Amino acid sequence: MEEKIIYRSHMRTKAGDVIFHICNGLFMLLFCVITLYPVLNTLAISFNDGVDAMRGGVHLIPRIFTLQNYSTVLALKNITTGAMISVLRTVLGTLFALAANALLAFIVSQKNFLFRSQLSLFWVITMYVNGGMVPIMILYKNLHLTNSFWVYVIPGMISGFNMLVMRTYMEGLPESLQDAAQIDGAGYMTIFLRVISPLCKPIYATVALFVAVFQWNSWFDTMLYNRMADQYTTLQYELMKMLSAVTALKGNAGAATSGQTVNITPVSIRAAATILTMAPIVMLYPFLQRYFVTGMTIGGVKE
Amino acid sequence: MSKKELKRQRPLLIWSAIFVVYGFVFYYLPLGGWVMAFQNYKNKTGFFHSKWIGLDKFKFLFSDATFLRVIRNTFCMGALNLVFTTVVAIAFAILLNEIRASKIKKPIQTISYLPHFLSWIIVTGILNDALSSYGIVNELLQKFGITDGSVPFFSIPALFWPIVTFAHLWKETGWNAIIYLSAITAIDPTLYEAGAIDGAGRWQKIKHITLPSLRPTIIVLLIMNLGNLLNAGFEVQYLLGNGLVKSVADTIDIYVLTWGISQNDYSLGTAAGIFKSVVSIVIIVMANSIAKRRGEERLF
Repeated sequence: MEEKIIYRSHMRTKAGDVIFHICNGLFMLLFCVITLYPVLNTLAISFNDGVDAMRGGVHLIPRIFTLQNYSTVLALKNITTGAMISVLRTVLGTLFALAANALLAFIVSQKNFLFRSQLSLFWVITMYVNGGMVPIMILYKNLHLTNSFWVYVIPGMISGFNMLVMRTYMEGLPESLQDAAQIDGAGYMTIFLRVISPLCKPIYATVALFVAVFQWNSWFDTMLYNRMADQYTTLQYELMKMLSAVTALKGNAGAATSGQTVNITPVSIRAAATILTMAPIVMLYPFLQRYFVTGMTIGGVKE
Repeated sequence: MSKKELKRQRPLLIWSAIFVVYGFVFYYLPLGGWVMAFQNYKNKTGFFHSKWIGLDKFKFLFSDATFLRVIRNTFCMGALNLVFTTVVAIAFAILLNEIRASKIKKPIQTISYLPHFLSWIIVTGILNDALSSYGIVNELLQKFGITDGSVPFFSIPALFWPIVTFAHLWKETGWNAIIYLSAITAIDPTLYEAGAIDGAGRWQKIKHITLPSLRPTIIVLLIMNLGNLLNAGFEVQYLLGNGLVKSVADTIDIYVLTWGISQNDYSLGTAAGIFKSVVSIVIIVMANSIAKRRGEERLF
């Protein structure tokens, strides 16, 4: 009798399990479709004849295949400049930020350091307090950082969050390593460069990824500080201008196709520019997953 | 501390000094610019010779119907985002954790991170396409006969907040779930075994083991995000907003941008910025002290 009851409840859980897993699977499928469809649709439109795409109905596969959208985008002067500046700010911005955050994190991770807690607090405060848009704008103007490339690299170099993530990682390293080097007569800078940094490669990669993504995706600083300086425009900002143009065109219907002899539209051009802008990151991030997962996990611990 | 150790620390002291100077210039010096809010600041007269006007700019702000509406918008959209992104990320993490086959789990995770790496420019562009009159959403709505004509999503004020919340969910659910997922993996498996012996089903295990174990993580992240509540109102609203939905779309940051930067009323822009900073700090300190009093995990 007893056996039978257990058997029955077991059956019920089994059936419940199956239903749960089916529902869960369907939910995950829906989640993936909602995430991927808009991106794949943009990809299809970017390879589709612009005027034809306006008729609607292009979903995942281009109906009339063309490379015209891409050739038009790549011929735009500001796009090539923007691409160059975007790459440059990403590379330089990441290198500068990595060096600065790592050294600062190393200093505040030193248990003996005289001003350890004060220096740490000094930077943690900056995570929550800031002067606001207008005073910062005036400061950059006075420092001649407006209409300049360096506004992308210098002001945001150190971030409290990245510093804390690195510090937490460094504090987790075995102390004996540093002690041994110290006994051998190594100074702090040697320890930083030769002992700690080689062990910190994973966390350096994580922070580099965070900064690189931030740099690549930034557009507001271009709009605010380099609007007048076309030579320092970025891909994202050019894309933003295209978006506004498309929105404006939608406002007065029909203007989109008027007077065009070639089969491109603002929508198809923007699709091509969008794909070009997202391509580097989308192709890279799947291989870097383990780094950002580590970083986010460490970042979740409290100060 | 010995003299020898002090000498050894010299490079650390020098670099610290450099970092302090850098931090002072870029983070603390702008705080000095707050005096502008109490002046009738003009470029020509600068900080030292502009006329002092006391609290006039603040008085103007709080009697300005636009500013009050902007405060409401920022708070409401920030709160909606915070609540929905937290709840959905936790739910997503729990559901994903129920999938045991890593051959299925891994690709879903990879896909779920994708939108986080796209800029808001791209995300709002995509959203614009999807919700436009020729977009997929209107196509589906009409195919299934839910609506007759196409819905002009970006012209209906009542739909703006839900669209903004959805945009955040689309972009960050997978990313936000990372922390919760790793917290779930850290839960002692014997707890679940003990639960199973006591006859707990899936939902009971989630309710009595998973969620209580996530509590400290949830609270720390909540306090951190509360500090950023008012910061969460700029890019999306700026990029998706338009004249038709201005009354529900404009946020404090957009107000600062419009008046402080475009219209060159530095004093007014600064005053609005001060309001935002001060409220953010008050929120985070309050949240932290409530957590402290109730014996919860806290930020500082």
